[in-house]
Amino acid sequence: MSAAMETVQAAPLISMKGIDKSFPGVHALKSVNFEVRSGEVHALMGENGAGKSTLMKVLSGIYAADAGTIEHDGRPVEIASPRQAQEMGIGIIHQELSLMRDLNAAQNIFIGREPRTAGGLLIDEKKLNAEAAALFEQIHLKLDPRTPVSQLTIAKQQMIEIAKALSHKSRVLIMDEPTAALNDAEINELFRIIRKLKAEGVGIIYISHKMDELKRIADRVTVMRDGEYVGTVPAADTPVEKIISMMVGREISDEPPAIPDLADAETVLEVRNLNRGREVQDVSFSVKKGEILGFAGLMGAGRTEVARVIFGADPLASGEIFVHGRKITIKQPQDAVRAGIGYLSEDRKHFGLATGMDVATNVVMASLERFAGAGGVLKDPEIRAIARRYIDQLSIKTPSERQEARLLSGGNQQKVVVAKWLLRDCDVLIFDEPTRGIDVGAKSEIYRLLSQLAAQGRAIIVISSELPEILRLSHRIAVMCEGRLTGFLPGGAPQEEIMRLATQRNENRAPAGELSEDAKMGEKA
Amino acid sequence: MSAISSKPGPGNLLRTQGAQKLLAFAGLIALVAGFSLASPNFMQTPNIIAILQAASVNGVLAVAATLIIITGGIDLSVGTGMTFCAVIAGVVLTYLGMPMPVGIAAAILAGTCSGLLSGTFVAKLKVPPFIATLGMMLILKGLSLVISGTRPIYFNDTPGFTDIATGSIVGMIVPAVPLPNGVVILFAVAGIASYILGRTILGRYAFALGSNEEALRLSGVNADRWKIAIYALGGSIVGVAGILIGSRLNSAQPALGLGYELDAIAAVVIGGTSLRGGQGTILGTVIGALIMAVLANGLRILSVAQEWQTVVTGSIIILAVYADMLRRQRAAAAG
Repeated sequence: MSAAMETVQAAPLISMKGIDKSFPGVHALKSVNFEVRSGEVHALMGENGAGKSTLMKVLSGIYAADAGTIEHDGRPVEIASPRQAQEMGIGIIHQELSLMRDLNAAQNIFIGREPRTAGGLLIDEKKLNAEAAALFEQIHLKLDPRTPVSQLTIAKQQMIEIAKALSHKSRVLIMDEPTAALNDAEINELFRIIRKLKAEGVGIIYISHKMDELKRIADRVTVMRDGEYVGTVPAADTPVEKIISMMVGREISDEPPAIPDLADAETVLEVRNLNRGREVQDVSFSVKKGEILGFAGLMGAGRTEVARVIFGADPLASGEIFVHGRKITIKQPQDAVRAGIGYLSEDRKHFGLATGMDVATNVVMASLERFAGAGGVLKDPEIRAIARRYIDQLSIKTPSERQEARLLSGGNQQKVVVAKWLLRDCDVLIFDEPTRGIDVGAKSEIYRLLSQLAAQGRAIIVISSELPEILRLSHRIAVMCEGRLTGFLPGGAPQEEIMRLATQRNENRAPAGELSEDAKMGEKA
Repeated sequence: MSAISSKPGPGNLLRTQGAQKLLAFAGLIALVAGFSLASPNFMQTPNIIAILQAASVNGVLAVAATLIIITGGIDLSVGTGMTFCAVIAGVVLTYLGMPMPVGIAAAILAGTCSGLLSGTFVAKLKVPPFIATLGMMLILKGLSLVISGTRPIYFNDTPGFTDIATGSIVGMIVPAVPLPNGVVILFAVAGIASYILGRTILGRYAFALGSNEEALRLSGVNADRWKIAIYALGGSIVGVAGILIGSRLNSAQPALGLGYELDAIAAVVIGGTSLRGGQGTILGTVIGALIMAVLANGLRILSVAQEWQTVVTGSIIILAVYADMLRRQRAAAAG
């Protein structure tokens, strides 16, 4: 504990005060305070969308804050660009690693600062490789600096990012969910390096969702919620329950749904032992007629991936899918659609909607053959009539069925996609983040629509990263963590219980297979 | 694949495309062998010289296109740009009567300026490379016609100008090998470009731009400036091609040029450079240009109609890229 005492006395390397940042339509940061001291690991926690990444982007010069001050070694500073942050000794390792795949490890580390010869014209490749090798030595990474990044595992790529940050003589290192893609052995390796950096006086900001990691590596924890600073507590002495309640401690404004009695209802969709790489591991569940099954979990838990394999958007490694008790093979989305499964992507603009086309065309998009006469000539009046019917039925707010879809609000766009699948007679509807980018008023309307669809006898799966939304909608809740289903809960279950399952890492992970795969990578290197 | 990846050498950037280069090279050898067997006329020294001569202009243009494509861009203006540079040389040498080196410098400068302009449109104005260089293609075509008054400009007043491409310094030294200067210039340009890509800052950033431009920017590099520099370098090489074509035809033909950009891009693609950017080699491109020249020449010797030659070339392009896709998939599956 004497180490903890020392960190308490050390002056903050970085102190952010009253940081405010708005984007069009979103108040992302509301007067947030945060500091990191030399030689401490300061965890930054919060639900998805709490503002952690935004805060770190302000600190690393990617975003400019609207208000607030940043002090570096006690002096107020402006951080206007990533380069300036680098020069101040602030390094960031992004969640999506930002390496250049076609370049090798050493070239990536020294990009923009290559040692040169011949009067600055040529790159001194020898020196470049030697310096990279020295950095690797420093973090005990056994790797040929000339290995192309495209041949490295995610874990190794992360080590390259760390080496890059070290080469900038970083005194503050921001790590955004560094363990998201690592197995246990790789996490141990990462923690060893973090402890080493800590001992050398580097201040580390550690963004993570995982409670067990926090207990292992963090000195202090700061919690954010909805863009606001909630509080800072010592990691060792604070119970996990306390941290979770700080994270979720918001009131639920809507009533949970009346849960229908589905004991005798028919099972519409059942999946058994779905597997696809790391993201989907041994997932089995079923949905009944009239049921809304909510999928809760943190970002990267594998919920969208499950939806995509069921819909045939990604190939399945193994597993079985049954619709109405009949086993079906889904190789591509059209197989799923034929079986009556509709998928409403979280990214409507990219996958759900032809934004440049009109509402009527979008409504019939999945059932176009039905509206084609001889020689494939489309029956325009019929198409427009059916579109008008759905506009009416789902109260889609649009001047006419000929309006371009992009001109509709987010909520109404979502309804157009719903209409598309209803017209196609889908019994199973998978909603992936159904209210993303939709304002609060339209949200409750979408909720009503979903409940209505279930009441009409459709089986509904809702994937959402917002716990209140899951609680507001679900008759039953499936929770995922790191590609596995960690449990089912009844609708209206306490948020703490969901968070516990969502952060429950499987202790038996990193089986021998994965380790040997990593060893193979090592050999290659 | 594993043999290549297990021992990354210092020239790694050159080696990542090793397999495709090998494939292209094997294809070239196969073509040469096939045509030699099919016709005794193919392997004659004059015919080989003709093939190399034919490959030189397209090869130089393809080298310029490779640089741009590695950054993740494309340059459609290399064909008409070449003509524009030739016209500028014609104006300086024939109309203004300046000495030959001045004309050469003017042509290369003209190419560099047009590259600078394209690069600025792409990097600063954020016009997509396809559109920016499509515009430049038309602009340069129009300017060539305007400046020349739509008439060819002959280089008759500049003695020695035709020797730039068609003379043979090598042949003067070693009479048995009458290698035209145009071919030597192609190899020189390719060598320099390869060196720039492999060893200099500019080359490194070209690959970085094509690989992950955002990452380069986040590393604190002025990505726009380097992108413009690459387009300018490509433009100066287009200027060299302008001299070559002018020298071969002993004239600047202002109506020429359209279509050359597609041949250049075809050579780049056959040579294994990825249109997605981030990968590519000059050696591959030169092999690609040679394959196209061998194909055209061999089919002509076998009396295949011109029209069918085009069909074959098109098929070869698709085949080459398909082979590359297969290789990539296998590499991805292997780990």
